[in-house]
Amino acid sequence: MTLDTQFTDQKFKLVGSRPDRPDGVDKVTGRARYGADASAPGQLVGAILRSPHAHAKIKKIDTSKAEKLKGVKAVITSADLPDLTNGNRGNYDILENCMARGRALYDGHAVAAVAAIDAETARRALSLISVDYKVLPHVTDVDAAMRSNAPIVQPHVRTAGGEPSDKPTNIAQISTFGHGDVEAGFAKADKIVEKSYKTEQTHQGYIEPHACLATVGPDGQGELWVTTQGHYTFRNLCASLLGMDIAKLKVTSSEIGGGFGGKTHVWMEPLALALSRKANRPVKLVMSREDVFRASGPTSSTSMDIKIGCTNDGRITAATATLRYQDGAFPGIWGMLGAMTAFACYDLENVQSVGYDVLVNRPKVAAYRAPSAPMAAFGVESTIDLLAAELNMDAVEFRLLNAAKEGTKASYGPTYGPIGIGPTLEAVKNHPHMHAPLGKNQGRGMACGFWFNFGGQTCTDLNIGVDGTVNMTVGTVDVGGARASLSLIAAEELGIPYEHVKCNIGDTASLGHNDTTEGSRGTFSSGMATIFAARNAIEELKSRAAKTWDIDPEEVDWVDGEAVAKGVEHSNLGPLSLAQIAKASPNTGGPIAGHSETVADGAGVSFASHICDVEVDPETGSTRVVRYTVVQDAGKAIHPDYVEGQFQGGAAQGIGWALNEEYIYGEDGRLQNPGFLDYRIPVCSDLPFIDTEILEIPNPNHPYGIRGVGETSIVPPLAAIANAVSNAAGVRMDHIPMSPPRIRKAIKAEAAMHQEVSAG
Amino acid sequence: MLEVQLSGTLRDAANGAASINIEAATIRELLRKVVEQYPRMAEKLEAGIAVSIDGNIFRDNWGEAIPAQAEIFLLPRIPGG
Repeated sequence: MTLDTQFTDQKFKLVGSRPDRPDGVDKVTGRARYGADASAPGQLVGAILRSPHAHAKIKKIDTSKAEKLKGVKAVITSADLPDLTNGNRGNYDILENCMARGRALYDGHAVAAVAAIDAETARRALSLISVDYKVLPHVTDVDAAMRSNAPIVQPHVRTAGGEPSDKPTNIAQISTFGHGDVEAGFAKADKIVEKSYKTEQTHQGYIEPHACLATVGPDGQGELWVTTQGHYTFRNLCASLLGMDIAKLKVTSSEIGGGFGGKTHVWMEPLALALSRKANRPVKLVMSREDVFRASGPTSSTSMDIKIGCTNDGRITAATATLRYQDGAFPGIWGMLGAMTAFACYDLENVQSVGYDVLVNRPKVAAYRAPSAPMAAFGVESTIDLLAAELNMDAVEFRLLNAAKEGTKASYGPTYGPIGIGPTLEAVKNHPHMHAPLGKNQGRGMACGFWFNFGGQTCTDLNIGVDGTVNMTVGTVDVGGARASLSLIAAEELGIPYEHVKCNIGDTASLGHNDTTEGSRGTFSSGMATIFAARNAIEELKSRAAKTWDIDPEEVDWVDGEAVAKGVEHSNLGPLSLAQIAKASPNTGGPIAGHSETVADGAGVSFASHICDVEVDPETGSTRVVRYTVVQDAGKAIHPDYVEGQFQGGAAQGIGWALNEEYIYGEDGRLQNPGFLDYRIPVCSDLPFIDTEILEIPNPNHPYGIRGVGETSIVPPLAAIANAVSNAAGVRMDHIPMSPPRIRKAIKAEAAMHQEVSAG
Repeated sequence: MLEVQLSGTLRDAANGAASINIEAATIRELLRKVVEQYPRMAEKLEAGIAVSIDGNIFRDNWGEAIPAQAEIFLLPRIPGG
C-alpha cells in the first residue's frame, strides 16, 4: 500500500549514510540568508518602545512629537491594532503580548513602535514618544505569585481545574494526572524521600535574534520574510490579528539561526506588518539581544515538591509531584506539561502529579525544546538518586527495576506500546563511561528523560526535471539538517543518487498548510510525506514507461530506480531509468511530479538516558563538565550526523541551563542581565566532546520507523548534572542553575552542619 | 461502548467525571458525541485536544478508526519546542 504508515522493515541503500548537507556551503561561506538579510526598495527601519516597568497602567501615550520628526513614516500603538480576535482569548493574549493594551505587564512589554528612514531617526522618534504610566505592584517569583495577597497580573483569570471561584488569581490552571492510591502506596513503602527543588528561568539562547521584513500594500496584499519555525502558523496568526486574507499574505521562512521553541510564536511580526501597512513602505524589524531577552519567550522558572517511596528491595510503591511553573504574564500549559512528563519514565502503580500554571510579571513563556520536561525530570531524577542511595542500590539498577515498558500504564494515562527507556538504561549500564575511574573532586551522575513527540499537517511536492534530477519542496522549516535527511529519503524511494535531489523549503504560497517545526516533527512528518510523494511519482513514472512500451501500467514494476516490464512476454523490453523516463516526459504527458498532503500522526514517545562526569572546585564552586554521554532512541536514524547533532545540542543547552543560565530580576521587577555578557551560555571551550549512542527501536507508526529526536536530549541534563555535581561536592544540589556561588554556599552550609553535629 | 478516560482540566468540562462512556467508531464521532453530551467540552476542543487510542496519540487525524474495547484517553493538545 502506497500510503500505509506502518513500519515495514524496509532494507535501505542510502538511509543511514552521512552525505554532506545541501545547505552546508551556504552556511559556512555566509551566503545563507537569515532573518535580517533581506531588503526591499524603499524599506524603512522599525523600532519598538518598551515598558521600563514590570507592571503599570498606561494612562496616556503621546506620539505627536515623534510623528512630526522628519524621516518618521509611521508610529503605531495598540490603537492601530484593533481587537479582531472575536472572543478568541488565546489570540487576544497574543495581540496584547505583541503590544500592550492599557497595561504594561512586564519589563520590556512593547507599548509603541515606529518606522523611519534609518535606525538613528527611529531611535530618536522612540525618545520623543511620551508614555504616562501609573506604576502598579508587581510579582516575578512563582511562589510569591501564588500567595493570596499577591498582585494580580490578569484580573480576568480564574483557576481552571481548581475549586470554582470568582476571585481573581494568578493560578491560571491546576492539572492533575496519575492513577492508583498514593496514600496506600506510601503506607507500603519502607523508605520515603521527600524534597523540594527550584529552577530559574532560562532563554533558548538562539544566536539569531528575531528579524523580519514586512510589506503590506494598499491593496491588502502582503509579504513577510521572517526567521521562524513555522511560517504557515505565522501567516495564519498575523492575517487573523491584522484582518487580512490568508491567501493575500505570503510568508517566506529565512534560514534559521536557532529556535528551539522560541520561534514558534509571533512577537513583533504583526507590528512590522502594521507599520508597513500604515507607512505603505516595506519595514524591516530586527530585535536587539536585549529585546530578545526582555520580550521574547523564555522557559518557566519553577518550584516543586517531589515525594517517592519504595520497598527495601527497590520497587517504587508511590510517587507524587507538585509542580509550580510560571507562565509569564499570559496563561499557558507549562505546569500541565511538567505534570504529564514528570514520572513518564517509570512503571508506577500509584502516582499523582499536579501542575500549577502561575502568572507573574515576566515575559510570556514559550516552548523550549521538550517544554517543561527538563525541570520536572530534575526534581524526579534527583529524588530517584537520593532513594537509591538510601537503599545502597546502584542508581541505574534502581531505575531499571522501575522503568516503564510495553504495557505500562503511563503516569499521564495511556498504556505504552513498544518504548525505549529500558534499552537506554541497559546501554548506560554497559557503557564504558559508567565504569571509567573518576579523579579528585570529580563526580558522576546519570538521569533519564521523556518527551512525547508529534507529527501534524504536512504537504510535500516533488518535481522531476527532464534531466532526471529532482526538486523537492517541503513546508517544514529545516532547523537541524532536515533537508539532508529528506533528500536521502527521496533518493532512497526513487532509487537515484542523493546528489540528484534538491530539497527546498517552500513559502506559504507554494504549498498547502504545514504545521510548525516543533515537537520533533520535521523529519518524522515531512519524511512520511516525502515517502508518499515519491511513491506517488513512481506510479506516474511507471505509467509513462507503460505508455512508452504501449503496455498496461499494471505490467510495470519499479526496481532500483528503473521501470521494469513484468512477465516473459515483455522480456524483450529493457528497463527504463528515471532519467530516461524524465527525458521523454514532454511527449508522454508532460511534467512528472509526486505530491503528498497528509496528517502525520503516531509520532511515538521518546526516551533518553545521559551520563555526566563533572569536576567541582570546592574553593570557588566552579564546575567543569569533563565527560558527557547521550543514549537515545531515534527509531531510525536517517542521517546519523544530524541525529547526533540533536543529541549533542540538547546536552550542550542542558549544560548551560544546569550550571550558569538564569534570568535575574531586581526588586523593581526589571531584568538585570539581558545580554550574553551577564547571561552566560556555554561556548565550545566550556564543553567536552559529547559522546552519543543512537538506539534504533522502530516506531511502528512510520514506514521507516522514525521517531522525533530534536527535544528529548534536553530532558535529562539538568538532573544528570545535578546528580554528578552533588556526588562531586558531597552535598545535594536542589537549585538550578548550580552556579559557583550557589555551590559554594551549599558546600559551606553542609560543612557548618557537620561541624554543628560533631560539636553537639 | 468505549470508556473514555479524561485527563487534567478536561474533567472540568465533563462535570468532574474521570471517565465517560461513549459509542463511537472514529475519533470524529467520538469528539462529536463528547461535545453533544458535555457542551463545555467544545471550548476544550477549540483550545486543542488529542486522543490516545491504545497508547498511540492522535492530534489531527479525526478519521482514525477506534477498535472496539480500545483504551481511549482524551488529552490536552501538546505543543513542542
